[in-house]
Amino acid sequence: MAAIETEELSKDFLVGFWRPRPYRALDRLTLSVDEGEVFGFLGPNGAGKSTTLKLLMQLLYPTSGAARILGRPVGDFATRARIGYLPENPYFYDYLTAEELLSYFGRLFGLRGADVTRRVSAVLDDVGLGAERRLRLRQYSKGMVQRVGLAQALLNEPEVVFLDEPMSGLDPLGRRHVRQVMLQLRDRGCTIFFSSHILSDAESLCSRVGILAQGRLIASGRLSEILAFELKGWELVVDHVSGEQRAALDARARAVTTLAHGRLSVELPPDIAPDQVMRELGEGGAQVVSLNPVRETLEDYFVQSVGAAESRRTGL
Amino acid sequence: MRTIGLVAGAVFRESVRDRIPYAMVAFAVLLIAASYLIGQLTAGQDMKVIKDLGLAAMSWFGLLIAVFIGITLVSKEVERRSVFALLAKPVSRAQFVVGKYLGLVMTLAVNLAVMTVAFYAVLLYMDMTTAPGIKSVWPAPALDPHLAVAVVLTVAELSIVTAVALFFSTFSSPLLAALFTVGLWVAGHFNADLRNFEAVLDARPVVLLARGLYYVLPNLAPFNIRAEVVHGIDVPASQVLLTLAYAVVYIGILLTASVMVFRRRDFK
Repeated sequence: MAAIETEELSKDFLVGFWRPRPYRALDRLTLSVDEGEVFGFLGPNGAGKSTTLKLLMQLLYPTSGAARILGRPVGDFATRARIGYLPENPYFYDYLTAEELLSYFGRLFGLRGADVTRRVSAVLDDVGLGAERRLRLRQYSKGMVQRVGLAQALLNEPEVVFLDEPMSGLDPLGRRHVRQVMLQLRDRGCTIFFSSHILSDAESLCSRVGILAQGRLIASGRLSEILAFELKGWELVVDHVSGEQRAALDARARAVTTLAHGRLSVELPPDIAPDQVMRELGEGGAQVVSLNPVRETLEDYFVQSVGAAESRRTGL
Repeated sequence: MRTIGLVAGAVFRESVRDRIPYAMVAFAVLLIAASYLIGQLTAGQDMKVIKDLGLAAMSWFGLLIAVFIGITLVSKEVERRSVFALLAKPVSRAQFVVGKYLGLVMTLAVNLAVMTVAFYAVLLYMDMTTAPGIKSVWPAPALDPHLAVAVVLTVAELSIVTAVALFFSTFSSPLLAALFTVGLWVAGHFNADLRNFEAVLDARPVVLLARGLYYVLPNLAPFNIRAEVVHGIDVPASQVLLTLAYAVVYIGILLTASVMVFRRRDFK
């Protein structure tokens, strides 16, 4: 069964003060996310990602179309106890501590007595909040609030979680931690629908992605379907290169860039034999630092598809 | 009901930790205490002055709390987006609005209870330090239980004001909501004049409009029985109960309207 389904979901906002006109923020979005899937909802800023999530949470009402979560129409009261939602740049009550906020939310989910304390403590451990859980939220940094946001989304052990920019405001350690939390959720069978414009996150976590631009879904599918994963070339980093060798590399490479400490980064075409190049360089006294195959990344695909959608819109 | 109670409890806890109501309660208590000194300056009228000032201080500072917290109750949550996470939980928008309202009314009631205790403490001190001969000319005893009735009606009036503030805050900015609420509070105290408009003007459409407004605007004058209580004039229990019943009905209508507006809102 599909965990999340949308059918021709559209949302118009009225813009302008004197003569309000409709502005289409989301245009006939149709997608389906299976149970247990990690779905990355990607797109540039203003593409309509948060609008979609708010429509799924019924914080916005659609202009047309429909959406279902776990087979029930959005807004269904019983379903809300089975899902979790992390809003973009979440904000909570200044005067409550993280523990108090989560106890409050836990009770709204129907938890009582010692169960509340147990669950709150476990979920705060999961997101890596330590002793600061007893501080009032007004004293929290942005990254800490983001962790509290994640904790409240996981409080009810949801079957489906909706995360709007979950890595936003986190330092590299925090991002790694959130990635681990998401992988644990996936392993226990939770469906994850997350929006992001950080493509490396999507690439490492998602089984499927959808790319949104100007309110329209311009691509959707498994990463293996979207990306060809063909070899596009080789990236070679080399040190101690003589003038003669440099001239030879310039002739064979697509581009040669000088790095720090005199090292060179060499972009080689895919049809070249890299072991032969390395041997030649070594014989001439150069030292090979690294050699990496270059394949199409999600970022390449994203730039191409969003760029194409942009140029269709502007007619250029 | 449990959900409404939880939302109300969170509002109460947050406002108890906010410094603004504390400052207002402290200021009101100070004013009540100061009324003792002012009373000393007025020969023979001291008890009346203390009671009048004390009750007025409660009403005014209660009004400030009701308006300034009431107008931000919903709008602050929407503006700061804390409403997003909350409404994704098993909480309906109606439960959210009613819970918010009850939380603030609870805060108001506790604040006024603190002020009332301070008020009675000043009156007790007066009672203990005044000669029996002077006490005999007071229109009502110092620790008159009718004062508590006046406070209960003040809480009821402030509950209406809170409902008005909440209603406006479901669709307008805090500043506009404050203006509308204070405007309605002022109009509410002169409401009886609208009913008898034909006595001052002969134009029928205007009279009808005034009569219509009389029924729509809150009628707050009956909630003010301060003058009667201070002067020891009896206020019939039936009048008090009727006024309280009016408050319940009026608040019910305002909350229903607030829920209807809030239910249809999009949170961008």
